[in-house]
Amino acid sequence: MSLLIPESGLFIWMLLAFGTVLFVLWKFGWPAFTKMLDERAQYIDDSIAKAKLANDELANIQTKTAAMLKEAQEQQSKILAEAVETRNQIVEKAKTEATLAGQKILAEAKQQIEVEKEDAIRDIRRQVGLLSVEISEKVLRQSLKTDKDQMAMIDRMLDEIQTKL
Amino acid sequence: MNKNNKVWTLLVSLLLAVGTLLPRPALAQEHNEGEAKQLDVTAMIFEHVGDSYYWHITDWGETSIALPLPVMVYSKTSGFHCFMSSKFHHGHAEYEGLKIAGEESDYAGKIVETVGGTEVRPFDFSITKNVAGLIIASILLCWIILGCARWYKNRDASSPAPKGFVGAVEMLVNFVYNDVIKPNIPKHTDRYAPYLLTAFFFIFFCNLAGLIPGSANLTGNIAVTLCLALFTFFIVNIFGTKAYWQEIFWNTELPGWLRPIMAVIEFIGIFTKPFSLTIRLFANILAGHAALLGVLSVIFLTAISMPGLGNGAMSVVSILLGIFLDCLELLVAFIQAFVFTMLSSIYIGLSQVEHHHE
Repeated sequence: MSLLIPESGLFIWMLLAFGTVLFVLWKFGWPAFTKMLDERAQYIDDSIAKAKLANDELANIQTKTAAMLKEAQEQQSKILAEAVETRNQIVEKAKTEATLAGQKILAEAKQQIEVEKEDAIRDIRRQVGLLSVEISEKVLRQSLKTDKDQMAMIDRMLDEIQTKL
Repeated sequence: MNKNNKVWTLLVSLLLAVGTLLPRPALAQEHNEGEAKQLDVTAMIFEHVGDSYYWHITDWGETSIALPLPVMVYSKTSGFHCFMSSKFHHGHAEYEGLKIAGEESDYAGKIVETVGGTEVRPFDFSITKNVAGLIIASILLCWIILGCARWYKNRDASSPAPKGFVGAVEMLVNFVYNDVIKPNIPKHTDRYAPYLLTAFFFIFFCNLAGLIPGSANLTGNIAVTLCLALFTFFIVNIFGTKAYWQEIFWNTELPGWLRPIMAVIEFIGIFTKPFSLTIRLFANILAGHAALLGVLSVIFLTAISMPGLGNGAMSVVSILLGIFLDCLELLVAFIQAFVFTMLSSIYIGLSQVEHHHE
């Protein structure tokens, strides 16, 4: 039965020994452990959060890069298309311009030709007129040697004018 | 499977064969000394689990090898006494009016003083085997924990975790701190963690130390466990919140007629909690030691009752069972330390409740 009765002497020694151990470890032992455990847990949490953040950022950068690449490609194709269009426009413009210039030159040439033709015709007419006047003079000088002939001629001419009018 | 069985059978038969050979000298000695010497298993077990004024190491033949320990006694009639226990000559002699009480006395094995014909127990604060063990265990525990704590100097959270022995201690601290204390005491963890950690390591260390043959059986002593339980009791009831006391004496969550009944039950509960802590730890460790000693004494009992092959066979069985029980005790050493810490932190956690419905 003595096992079931707490011995007061041992109890006091236990109080003393455990109290001392408790005090010593409270002051110098456990803070080192608990501080480190808390800090390490915090450090691990922080590191995980940071890793997650970095991962997210990386994914973000990747999507951004992809978007940028896509945009650049779009821009490129757009620029290319624009260039093709511009080229076509330029060619088209050049063509039309060339056509217009050709037409213009042609028209001018035609006009020139016309003018020159007219000039030539006028010249020819004048020449013909002069020639005919000369011929007529000569013919008239021969045929209108008399006054009677001259009068008959004038009458005939007048008639002719009248009928024309 | 078949091959394993064969190996197993061979091993057991070999052990049995060796067993029959081994106890012969002891047996011979037993016969030489005469049949009169009987093994008193109960006394042997009680001597091993109990306290003593000597640190008994072993018996060598007839001479007992034991370290005498200082006796310190205060008697109302004769004042202070301080001398080595060797003065008692193993309980055979009286010294300064003091003697170790005999087995028929109410104070069997304790120092008594005979005053007026009756045995009176003086106030006894001798360095007994348990006190000596307690002091050694306390010093070793402080040394171990402080040594491990020194590792953390000049290291910060980004340093790699410790390896080896410090790593093992840190694993246990981490387990108790993060898995036992924190979930039960979410608020004021820093205030209670040092006590609970100290209690866990003290109990665990003493449990393990107690398994070493010849060492003191500290946590299997009711005075030690009572002291630990009282620490928890006072921490719970001194730092208990108003809500804790209200839940005990007038729990508003209960119907009115139930409240006085529950108040009585809860009030008794205040005292049964440390009582259960005391008995659980003490009884578990004591029972483990007693069972182990009982199993091992089978060797010596059978040496007398059935000498020869029977004794050899029983020795092997008892040693195998003893090894098994020792391993079980290692587990119990941890479990009981864990249970004490767990329950203490639950009790402390319950005493820290705050009103939610206000």
